[in-house]
Amino acid sequence: MSTIALTATHAKYTLIETIRTPMAIIGSLVFPALALLFFVVPQRVVADDPVYATQAIVSMSVFSVMVGSLFSFGLNTAEARQSPWDPYLRTLPAPGIARVLAQVLSTGLITLVSLVPILIIGAIFTSASATPLQVVLGLLAIAVAALPFMFLGLCIGYAFSMKAAIAIIQVAFFALAFAGGLFLPPQILPGWLEVLSRFLPSRQAREFVIWAVQGGALEWWVPVGLAAWIVALLTLTLVLYRRDEGRRYR
Amino acid sequence: MTPLATLDHVTRRFGDLVALDDVSLAIEPGTILGLLGPNGAGKTTLLSLLSGRRRVTSGTVRLFGGDPREPRTRVGLGSTPQETALPDALRVREVIDFVGAHFPQRVPTGELAEEFGLTELLRRQVGSLSGGQKRRLSVALAFVGRPRLVLLDEPTTGLDVDARRTLWAALRRQHEAGATVVLTSHYLEEIAALAERVVVVGQGRVLADDRLDAVLGLAGQRLVSLSSPSFAAIAALPGVHRVEGSTLVVADSDRFVRDLVASGLPFSDLAVRGATLEEAFLSLTTAQEVAA
Repeated sequence: MSTIALTATHAKYTLIETIRTPMAIIGSLVFPALALLFFVVPQRVVADDPVYATQAIVSMSVFSVMVGSLFSFGLNTAEARQSPWDPYLRTLPAPGIARVLAQVLSTGLITLVSLVPILIIGAIFTSASATPLQVVLGLLAIAVAALPFMFLGLCIGYAFSMKAAIAIIQVAFFALAFAGGLFLPPQILPGWLEVLSRFLPSRQAREFVIWAVQGGALEWWVPVGLAAWIVALLTLTLVLYRRDEGRRYR
Repeated sequence: MTPLATLDHVTRRFGDLVALDDVSLAIEPGTILGLLGPNGAGKTTLLSLLSGRRRVTSGTVRLFGGDPREPRTRVGLGSTPQETALPDALRVREVIDFVGAHFPQRVPTGELAEEFGLTELLRRQVGSLSGGQKRRLSVALAFVGRPRLVLLDEPTTGLDVDARRTLWAALRRQHEAGATVVLTSHYLEEIAALAERVVVVGQGRVLADDRLDAVLGLAGQRLVSLSSPSFAAIAALPGVHRVEGSTLVVADSDRFVRDLVASGLPFSDLAVRGATLEEAFLSLTTAQEVAA
């Protein structure tokens, strides 16, 4: 069987499983929407300015996709490794890349769906504005920019136990969000942190999606940085997948 | 005949624990091979090496002439999930189709369901199945890809007698249709019902590798324990195979007791019991170690 066909098969059944346990999806829909309602909508200086509001919606979207990816990819993977079904799937003749890409297509799709409430709340309660084309471009950009976080989640899931993964992801997402300019605009970060943040996938994702939605100049380090993170983390994911032998007790 | 799979001086450690210790084994096509041994003997580790789930610490594992860690090598392999862990949210038909999609010449879902008595259950979600039904589905999954080699880890644990016999019958039909089967169990009865060749593992090593009847003979031993001031003289009586502490291993305990009484030697606390399979094989290792 071809790798593409196997990727589609694994994605299909992962999606079916997820859709039949809808609480997981509801959680990922509600959390970003609440974050937007609490952090952006009440700040009228931001919410009433079309440019700032749009950027804030983008930041929230990137934040939401980042957190969603880290948690769902990381915890799903760590959890699956503890159950005997996943080790069984590893005995089937499917290459690691098919299983990793199937996760991206299934879990990644659900993570992107969680952006819908953000877009609706943003359109109704703020002055953010974007044409339908800009929204589509933004979603495409965010799908690309989410890849490093999905792979990072998989790496954490394959490398650590469930409990350790939770702790690591909590620290990772907070650091990435703050230093990447998702909570506060990068312009008001201290100089050294602003420079450092250019190396982070969260900052790169933010700039990339803002560029896709609002246009303007794209700094060279944004696409280069994203591509480097995607390649590096995908490679690491495949290495960890291959190395993984499930959970074991001593 | 070229073996379907071989282990060549394979050792696997988990930290300090040696799960498999210098094991060499060849699995020839056409047999049902029973892997017998107590829990923790290394049976599951052995299967996980053959199915590419784990790596060896040293030595070589070959499957159909290739590396079992490579996905392509495993197209001719069928195995079952452990502990009947199946995705509860999927329907039986979906689970079969999911696994079947990995194999180029898969058995159609309806045909497989018929063979393993799952036809009525195809539309049910896995979470609603009973333990026995899940077990049947697990075993059926091993055969969906028309495998040349099938690895079954404790396929009937937890089943009642009827369900066990039904599953055995299905396994025999699959074997007659050409599948080579490696089966682990700690039930002697199961191995006796199915296997042609038996490999006994204990403490990570192959203790015996022989035809079924030869291994069954080993398990027929009796253990006689007693205390006596002339223990050495009793141990020297005919029919005593081995001595372990205050226990004598004999083939025919009735005859031994008659001989013992006739000898007039003093003894007390006489007890006779059958050796469990585990004991028979553990004593086998100790005997080997003493000899070595």
